[in-house]
Amino acid sequence: MNTLLKSEAVAAGLPARAAPRERRWPLIGLAALLAAACLLPFFISNYRTFQFTLVLVNAIALLGINILTGYNGQISLGHGAFYALGAYTTAILIDQLGVPYWLTVPIAGAVCLVAGFLFGLPALRLHGLYLALATLALGVATPQLLKYKGIEEYTGGVQGIVILKPEAPFGLPLNPDQRLYFFSLTIMVLLFALARNLLRGRVGRAIVAIRDHPIAADAMGINSAMYKSLTFGVSAMYTGIAGALAAIAVQFVAPDSFAIGLSFAFLFGSVIGGIYSISGALYGALFLQFVPHLSEGISKAAPQAIFGVFLILFMFVMPAGIAGFVRLVSARAALRRRAGAQPAKGG
Amino acid sequence: MRTSISRSMFAGSIAAVLGLALAVGGAFAAKYDPGASDKEIKIGHTNPYSGPASAYGSIGKAIAAYWQMVNDKGGINGRKITFITLDDGYSPPKTVEQVRKLVEQEQVLLVFQPLGTPSNTAIQKYMNVKKVPQLFVATGATKWGDYKKFPWTMGWQPSYQSEAKAYAAYLLKHHPNAKVGILYQNDDYGKDYLHGFREGLGDKASRMIVKELSYEVTDPTVDSQIVELKASGADVFFNVATPKFAAQAIRKAHEIGWRPLQLLNNVSANINNVLKPAGLDAAKGVITTAYLKDVADPQWHDDADFKEWKAWMEKYNPGVSLNDGNYVYGYAVAYTMHQVLKQAGDELTRENIMRQAANLKNLEVPMLLPGVRVNTSPTDYRPIESVRLARFDGEKYVLFGDVIGE
Repeated sequence: MNTLLKSEAVAAGLPARAAPRERRWPLIGLAALLAAACLLPFFISNYRTFQFTLVLVNAIALLGINILTGYNGQISLGHGAFYALGAYTTAILIDQLGVPYWLTVPIAGAVCLVAGFLFGLPALRLHGLYLALATLALGVATPQLLKYKGIEEYTGGVQGIVILKPEAPFGLPLNPDQRLYFFSLTIMVLLFALARNLLRGRVGRAIVAIRDHPIAADAMGINSAMYKSLTFGVSAMYTGIAGALAAIAVQFVAPDSFAIGLSFAFLFGSVIGGIYSISGALYGALFLQFVPHLSEGISKAAPQAIFGVFLILFMFVMPAGIAGFVRLVSARAALRRRAGAQPAKGG
Repeated sequence: MRTSISRSMFAGSIAAVLGLALAVGGAFAAKYDPGASDKEIKIGHTNPYSGPASAYGSIGKAIAAYWQMVNDKGGINGRKITFITLDDGYSPPKTVEQVRKLVEQEQVLLVFQPLGTPSNTAIQKYMNVKKVPQLFVATGATKWGDYKKFPWTMGWQPSYQSEAKAYAAYLLKHHPNAKVGILYQNDDYGKDYLHGFREGLGDKASRMIVKELSYEVTDPTVDSQIVELKASGADVFFNVATPKFAAQAIRKAHEIGWRPLQLLNNVSANINNVLKPAGLDAAKGVITTAYLKDVADPQWHDDADFKEWKAWMEKYNPGVSLNDGNYVYGYAVAYTMHQVLKQAGDELTRENIMRQAANLKNLEVPMLLPGVRVNTSPTDYRPIESVRLARFDGEKYVLFGDVIGE
């Protein structure tokens, strides 16, 4: 987030080296946010805690989309498939092999990393809309693949798998909803930190260069094929981990949980939140969690139409997503502060 | 955690009240669990108002209109019904979220009629751990009668398996040498039918069933399956398809000159949605099972319950087509719930609700076929188990044979 703020400052025509005091602000903000997130479940009901757990989970999934589509420019309409793969990996490991739930999450992530990488290899030959269509096919096929007779023994077929609620780690005095919240929060923070480090370094510049100008990127010696497949893999890993966490939180997986609408919802969430950013994933997740409730409250007859209106409104008001809007507002505020500070210095 | 403490305290206070009441000789006051009071009874409900199954959304509207009528007539034992219905988009994770909202935030007394097999599976364990009634679920899957493992969950309509067994019994009796071709939807619903049918035929199943073909909900047509079924030499066609595909199948069979005896699952028995699009001529002779009155069938139009239903439709659902079968279903299932709440009297605890739900004896529900009654007991969590066979004569269904099942 720090880098993004800085690049925004550059874009806004400010000196690249911000005053140290100004640079500290985002860090303090982040710490405050994290502290608030830690205290939150002690002030809200279990049901709300569960809802916020889903927000954290969705934020991880959306970050996967942001890395792939936002930073690397590969459009995926089928990320629901990786979400399902992660969820089923976790459910089968818990249900069939009795693996502890926390251990299933990294395994699900690894499985999705490999699956995403392998899917990314042939997908390399497809650009733009063609890739979107190939991934769309993957998303559409997912529920049917999950029903396939040959694997019914493990997947439970159309009936799905019911999983038991996880036990408390180290006997902490938390109820199951709070436990899952903190578990998801920990993983989310880790994954967000990982994404930030990945995207702001050499690898991140290569990923963005491929999006902005593939030929120039090749000329600079970037191995586009490898980077694109790896990005696909990492993105699938993020979404797969989100799927695994969702399966643990909801305690149930079934083919109907992973219909194509899920993949679309991920893309909406990313774009609304701000697809060219990391923080946007969190905004998008909040949108996906709470706006449908809002639109349902307005009309039972056509909740989807109302949701559509919200989507259009958001896109009109904040074309760069919520994260872009926040960045714009804070950059303007910084400009104003500076403008206010200058005469004082002069005088 | 806080709620569970208050609940156990509550349970304790109930026990205390009960003891006191017994001591003073049955002169006890009203007893309430969350969601009930002197003034209201809160009922929670989820339904797919959006998403792939949104066609069923009208069931939720019908039920809401039913409670509106009950409230206009003064409520139940002086209490008004507050009906809270939420959209789950037919997505199981969403159902979990919405049902938790109903139970934990809205504090409903019970959850009534959540729709869909996967959605109900997703919440079943939660409901039973929380000990909140999950009543009269809107799915025909066979698993909704497991009173031992899930004492807080009860189905309502005849299960797909018991319906399939009715066809099997008919075939064994009247066409023991039939060669059966089956078309089924590749999901739990289709497989439930298949399973029940095979079980009903018993050891004759492998000889009598000559071909089983499936389709996916997302397929555009089932034409090739019908051609293949004809080629198999089948003389009985068991049509286990949802309305759109059932109509296609009947039409295609007619077009290619295949004239088997047709058994059509109840899911698609509707005259207006299925048989008319398929062609009334092509549908002539189709046999189905039924437990609800088909409103398009003129033979019911003079019945008292039909007239009442029609008056309700006109007053509370203006502008809705009288041919929408979901309004018959919603009306009948809400009537059953109404009866349970009436029986519960002033003891509106979750436990007593389940006790009364499992204590329906020969209940005659409006819009159910003559002879089909609702029966439950603590060891029978399947309210409607009987169906009747009916043959389509080109214009309406003609019931024949006795009531099948208990």
